[in-house]
Amino acid sequence: MALRNVVLPNEDPRQLLAIPKQEAKLYMSFMYVAFISLFIGGLMGLLQVLVRSGSFTLPFGIGYYQILTVHGVILALVLTTFFIIGFQFTLMSKTVGMSVKQRKVSWLAFWIMTIGTLVTAVTILLGKASVLYTFYAPLKAHPAFYIGLALVIVGTWVAAFVNWRQLYLWKKGHPGEKSPLLAFMVTINMIMWFIASLGVAAAVLVQFIPWSLGYAETINVLVSRTLFWYFGHPLVYFWLLPAYMAWYAIIPKIIGGKLFSDSLARLSFVLFLFFSIPVGFHHQLTEPGIDPTWKFIQVVLTFMVIIPSLMTAFSLFATFEITGRRKGYGGLFGWFKHLPWKDVRFFAPFVGMLAFIPGGAGGIINASHQVNTLVHNTIWVTGHFHLTVATTVILTFFGITYWLIPHLTGRKLTKSVNRLGIFQTIVWGVGMLIMSGAMHIQGLLGGPRRSAYSDYGGTEQAVSWGAYQMAQAIGGTILFVGIILMVYIFIKLTFFSPKGVEEFPVAEEEENAEPTPKWMENWKLWIAITIALILFAYTIPFVDIIQNSPPGSVPFDWPIGNS
Amino acid sequence: MKQNGKTYTNHEKEPNLKGTLLSVGALGLFIVISWTVVFAIFLSR
Amino acid sequence: MHFHKFEKIWLTFGIGALVLFLVILGYGAFYLGTHPQSHGVTIDPQNVEAHEAFKPENLGLTKVDEDRYIVNVVASAFHYDFGVDADGNAINHIEIPKGATVLFQVVTKDVIHGFNIAGTNVNMMVEPGYISSMEVEMNQAGEFTLLCNEYCGIGHHMMYTTVEVYQ
Repeated sequence: MALRNVVLPNEDPRQLLAIPKQEAKLYMSFMYVAFISLFIGGLMGLLQVLVRSGSFTLPFGIGYYQILTVHGVILALVLTTFFIIGFQFTLMSKTVGMSVKQRKVSWLAFWIMTIGTLVTAVTILLGKASVLYTFYAPLKAHPAFYIGLALVIVGTWVAAFVNWRQLYLWKKGHPGEKSPLLAFMVTINMIMWFIASLGVAAAVLVQFIPWSLGYAETINVLVSRTLFWYFGHPLVYFWLLPAYMAWYAIIPKIIGGKLFSDSLARLSFVLFLFFSIPVGFHHQLTEPGIDPTWKFIQVVLTFMVIIPSLMTAFSLFATFEITGRRKGYGGLFGWFKHLPWKDVRFFAPFVGMLAFIPGGAGGIINASHQVNTLVHNTIWVTGHFHLTVATTVILTFFGITYWLIPHLTGRKLTKSVNRLGIFQTIVWGVGMLIMSGAMHIQGLLGGPRRSAYSDYGGTEQAVSWGAYQMAQAIGGTILFVGIILMVYIFIKLTFFSPKGVEEFPVAEEEENAEPTPKWMENWKLWIAITIALILFAYTIPFVDIIQNSPPGSVPFDWPIGNS
Repeated sequence: MKQNGKTYTNHEKEPNLKGTLLSVGALGLFIVISWTVVFAIFLSR
Repeated sequence: MHFHKFEKIWLTFGIGALVLFLVILGYGAFYLGTHPQSHGVTIDPQNVEAHEAFKPENLGLTKVDEDRYIVNVVASAFHYDFGVDADGNAINHIEIPKGATVLFQVVTKDVIHGFNIAGTNVNMMVEPGYISSMEVEMNQAGEFTLLCNEYCGIGHHMMYTTVEVYQ
């Protein structure tokens, strides 16, 4: 039998499996794409903040919106997706194992995603798709842009099917046992991703591709936007949940503790599955064609998705406190001092957690129905997601990189790389504090996002924004230094660190932990509730949108310099 | 706590989480204050 | 499943705060009518002039009553059309007395645009096929930048005009 994951009856099911060399190659391939993307995307970010400072012009006739499209697509879609799929594969391999056949199918996933990425990237670089990563109709990109994106999504579906199969086979081999926590979490994330990406896939396949090829004369703009944001919000949770996986199940091990609560961790993931999807309208609050009552209903559902994050915050602090007290550090905050501040595997994700405090608070504000008019499409929003995805998520991913890469390449995380990593984290934190802070303030003053440098005819307001754009250039430059450092660290860990064995840290439960209830793995029920919530939140307004549709829109390619 | 006739002792004495309560309390306060400030700006405009 | 006593306190407080936010927002939206703009009024994006409000002669600022104004705007890449002044020149600046109630009605002839009077709550997406509209009381005096805040193409950042609210 080609399965590694057949565990003998007397074997401890919680024991971690080894990752064979051939699998490590697969997982590293995802990481290569992720870190190449980080470098390219980061470079684009640097160019953007320099242009927006007003003292720099792009050479060779490169357009600002072209590099902005590259930045968004390659960081928000490519870097995140490749890192997440690769990381989740390692989690599955460690906890439930991967068969040879599954590995082959996973390579297929990798190549479909990579080819899709290349097709999209080339189209953007040729200047044929400066439509930004949201590609709002009726701006029309070259059809290859949409086809490439569709391929990336299809590739992730293949990965999802593999993940589900991995857990399914493990469960068959372990009747009556609860699935490993990390495998449970990966499965949840991929179910959410699959259900959500059906929306954007429908928009791309049914609406954008035929329309951009000229087979369909017009496109229903609001339907395409609604499908996009049906996907767009779960997309951000697809980024966040792998970070939460590390926070719940890996960080406790790194700080020398145990899981706070297996069942509460699972419960929060189930809640994320329920409430990540039926909330897309909170990205469309200032749009003219959606019934405000349904907008408000989705705002309420959006607030529900905050609850599992509140649970996560408690769980993290509790893990820190219990671990510290057990080590003998008493007092109200004595446990805080004991944390392994000099271990980058902890420090980087911790700074990420800190960033999620203002990030989360900002998110609640963004979703606050009419209050959204204050910040919608201002650069406050850009500041917001540079805290959440570009700090919380990415610093956690960096924190994972320090041990995952050497684990896969058979090397060690050395003291010097660890030190450099701590420095990298500080550089990132400082750069982001300056850049994101300036973005938040400028946004409250009305400064728009997604805009090249403009003095807006010299209005007083535009003049007042200048200082903040300069601060963003400074912060952005510091962040680019952080990216150079991180790429250097990645190369070092991949090719040059001394050979050895680096631990794959996975936290265990307490000896006498309360058993996780069996109903926690009622997958059919979870999926049924998820679909029911989606149908509740979307059916009536979606039918309303279609029934009261205006005439469709013809494609426009000249505004993006593409006629 | 009784379950299946078996006694789980670990929850009879809950861990001391005073620091955690204070930390999340501070977090909650931060959320409420930032929301209130932005809501006030919204009302003033 | 077991919740620590303090976690129950925390979740009660946290959920309580969220409910409070929602009650405040819901009261404003449903009782005071401060919903974000959502009227669902449609228009043919290829023929916006067919609509009375967006005929060339009806564009720009119109006084309808004491302290009541209507502003009709046709957006297109990369320009807001406020109509022409008495000399036939395109209007790119409007002046509104402080405290006036103004109904903004905006449509687009081509792609999606934004319509944001920076520093105010006038912030709308303008999408082909729909009339975006919002009635506000202009309570802050000063010169405001009216700009497009949704990407609409290579000239997106050049799409602006000014609104003065005078004492």
